Amino acid sequence: MTTRQTEQLDRVVIRFAGDSGDGMQLTGDRFTASSATLGNDLATFPDFPAEIRAPAGTLAGVSAFQVAISDHEISTPGDAPTVLVAMNPAGLKANMGVMERGTTLIINADAFDERSITKAGYAENPLTDGSLNQFTVYEVPMTSITKEAGKEAGVKPRDAERSKNFFALGLVSWLYTRPTDATLEWIHSKFGGKPQVEDANTRAFRAGYDFGETAELFDARYEVRPSVFAPGDYVNVSGNTALSWGLIAAAKMADLPMFLGSYPITPASDILHELSKRKEFGIRTFQAEDEIAGIGAALGAAYGGSLGVTTTSGPGLALKGETLGLAVSLELPLVVVNIQRGGPSTGLPTKTEQSDLLQAMYGRHGEAPLPIVAAKSPSDCFEAAIEACRIAVKYRTPVILLSDGYLGNGTEPWKLPDTSTLGTIEANFATEPNHVKEDGTAVFWPYLRDADTLARPWAPPGVAGLEHRIGGLEKADGTGNVSYDNVNHEKMVHLRQAKVDGIANDIADLEVDDEDGDARLLVIGWGSTWGSIAAGVQRTRAKGEKVAQAHLRHLNPFPKNLGEVLRRYDKVLVPEMNLGQLSRMLRAEFLVDAQSLSKMQGSPFRAAEIEAAIAEQLGAL
Amino acid sequence: MTTVEIPLTTRKDWSSDQEVKWCPGCGDYSILAAVQMLMPDLGVRREKTVFVSGIGCAARFPYYMSTYGLHSIHGRAPAIATGLATSRPDLDVWVVSGDGDSLSIGGNHLIHALRRNVNLNILMFNNQIYGLTKGQYSPTSEEGKITKSTPFGSLDHPFNPISVAIGAEATFVARTHDMDRAHMQEMFRRAHEHKGASFVEVYQNCNVFNDGAFEGITAKDNRSEMLINLRHGEPILFGADFDKGVTRRANGELAVVPVAEVGLDNIIIHDVHREDPALAFALSRLSTGPTMPTPIGVFRDVERAEYGELMNDQVEATKAKRGDGDLNALLRSNSFWTVD
Repeated sequence: MTTRQTEQLDRVVIRFAGDSGDGMQLTGDRFTASSATLGNDLATFPDFPAEIRAPAGTLAGVSAFQVAISDHEISTPGDAPTVLVAMNPAGLKANMGVMERGTTLIINADAFDERSITKAGYAENPLTDGSLNQFTVYEVPMTSITKEAGKEAGVKPRDAERSKNFFALGLVSWLYTRPTDATLEWIHSKFGGKPQVEDANTRAFRAGYDFGETAELFDARYEVRPSVFAPGDYVNVSGNTALSWGLIAAAKMADLPMFLGSYPITPASDILHELSKRKEFGIRTFQAEDEIAGIGAALGAAYGGSLGVTTTSGPGLALKGETLGLAVSLELPLVVVNIQRGGPSTGLPTKTEQSDLLQAMYGRHGEAPLPIVAAKSPSDCFEAAIEACRIAVKYRTPVILLSDGYLGNGTEPWKLPDTSTLGTIEANFATEPNHVKEDGTAVFWPYLRDADTLARPWAPPGVAGLEHRIGGLEKADGTGNVSYDNVNHEKMVHLRQAKVDGIANDIADLEVDDEDGDARLLVIGWGSTWGSIAAGVQRTRAKGEKVAQAHLRHLNPFPKNLGEVLRRYDKVLVPEMNLGQLSRMLRAEFLVDAQSLSKMQGSPFRAAEIEAAIAEQLGAL
Repeated sequence: MTTVEIPLTTRKDWSSDQEVKWCPGCGDYSILAAVQMLMPDLGVRREKTVFVSGIGCAARFPYYMSTYGLHSIHGRAPAIATGLATSRPDLDVWVVSGDGDSLSIGGNHLIHALRRNVNLNILMFNNQIYGLTKGQYSPTSEEGKITKSTPFGSLDHPFNPISVAIGAEATFVARTHDMDRAHMQEMFRRAHEHKGASFVEVYQNCNVFNDGAFEGITAKDNRSEMLINLRHGEPILFGADFDKGVTRRANGELAVVPVAEVGLDNIIIHDVHREDPALAFALSRLSTGPTMPTPIGVFRDVERAEYGELMNDQVEATKAKRGDGDLNALLRSNSFWTVD
């Protein structure tokens, strides 16, 4: 056996690509898990089609999983893969556009038969026509070796072939010196009930690992040392999981039962799944007949004193608009989670976008302001969810929490918070009459507001003496009785707006990352672009240039100092995965010449794209 | 456990201080009076009672009750009430709706609330017209109806609300009308006693846009010949001398016949507890509109697990099995690692 040297790498980006049925998400997920336990910093980008099983072998059916592992802190899953594992011709072809010269290609050579090559749209076999000359190509007969391994497990060849993703995982695990125990343990826990499948997958994984060791194909193995993490417990968490846990935490902090009314929609359904599993927290989950009933039931539960939550994606938010109007009018706490995706209409249901900001802001009838909170990274979804709940409960208002498909499905290591320090959210239900009439009788006025927050009392049914009627008709200020009085209506419109605006006094000022305080360009964003912007800013600074970065948690109301921050800079650049929705809001609100950098390709910005846009702005100074 | 006495109340205690704003002569007044007068007899507390409504004339109902009330949006009351009733099993939740609200814009929510068997008392005031929007045809209007939106006559085939409810496998389905307070109260009481979703259709006269729609069957002089009063355990008979009844033909269809023709033994005995909804459905098809003998009373009253209770049981069973949720443990439920 040859002894190979092990080379140190500070960061590597691996992309697994194959057919929708090839198990690429699982492969990527397992590679990520073993890297996480090894202590690497990491970021993932699952990238899959909307169809459960698109036609086999076609470009439309390619499912990919990209993961960056690093020995230092990183904020993105990487612009381009260092290594592409292609399980078939389509998986190769679909990724040609993202690969740079010198990328390592590990290819399942068995899958490059004439039929598959044609199906992927190749005229010639790319393995032999010289089109891959700029890459380092390793052709590995993954299918046939996996079949051989399966034979030993007594599995039929056709079934055995299905374990080939474990072969690929084994091979890449060897190449990047990943520990094997965790993966084998996982195979056991997942397939232990079907001993033959477990055996076949284990053998395929081992075969892949051993292939790396013995085939003398690879000159070296690589190692990515652990990153430096602050002491603590860590998990590799997806945005949708962190968001679900944040909601659970908020319900605990508020000592309120949670009620989730939801209708399945990609890419938000995982929140419904996660919360449905956690009934020990007193959570009631309700899969409604439609999006409207989802929010309706959540609002009904909120009226009854629960923490009402509904989860959706863009088209679902559109359907909820009518009920949001009622929630604004009723002034009840309600959290609406929108995991954005490419639109309009069904659009790109599995791909990410940030194009619902203006819908969240203005997508309702009448003057219906509500607070908007956005998460910036998968783990940040936890804090963002708590913040959305805090505002909803304290100000008796619906809140829209914006995440997106990239955050929802992407993962990163997360240092678990000390749950004892999370604090409390005060529900402060009304318990007694709050007004004395002229005749001396004590009565309850449901729209008598708190002087500081302008919030009205939250008075769930059940308390004698507080019986009251509320609804979508305009209410008289104070008594809450139906009122068609024109002056009262205008007053109520202003009061609802003032209540939301006033939340600016209750949120942190915008922090600006401007090392020496003398940058002339500010890059400002919101939501999932944070990682890409941070990486682009870092690259710019590495070249010795100055640039400031800021990121908005609150989109409505904005932090109080935002105008002052924007005016401090000669230029403002706003990267967004939409046609410039935040930049439009900034221009309208602050009359600043905010420049939009737009991308709508269903995938996050690359750091290089941000870096280039920054360079262009700096060049124009 | 101590039993707390329900305080004695009168109609006045259940009436709010708000001025009732329906058109003078509207059938809604008599329904409101029936409910307000019934409430003191139901053994319930005002603060534990909630009226939820959608949009339409009927939907103003909650404002006139001195209970908790929620006037929501068009058609959505069953959805909103589902969230309230399932999360607050201690409450007595009523939904007040109209034919447009329940069967047109809110048809989906209604059938799903019924099939789930959420603990709601759903009162649907059917006046076969859109009143609040001033006189368009509704999903229960008869074919050919001339209205503002159908000047050449309506092309729509109407819903039969009882058929819809039974088709959705509602566990309690009844019909009554606004001219008979005692019958209304009896139906509302039975709906209230029923655990799960109760659906009561109330024929209600809109004296402005569809006056007299039900007069042919509900006017005092017409009732005995035109209303088939369904009574559990009794043969389905009607007519001044109970000389007409409902029988099942050889082909399985139900028909109204002179009793003398088939003999009393061949008159169907009404059974509200029959699990199979087919017969109740067939009864609902006896009349295609208020121009022919029409059954009123309870069509169906069967037991099925109540949705909110099932939901609550799952929560409690999970708590009992796993203990109360522990946030720290949850965060560490996936594989985690420790950095020292």
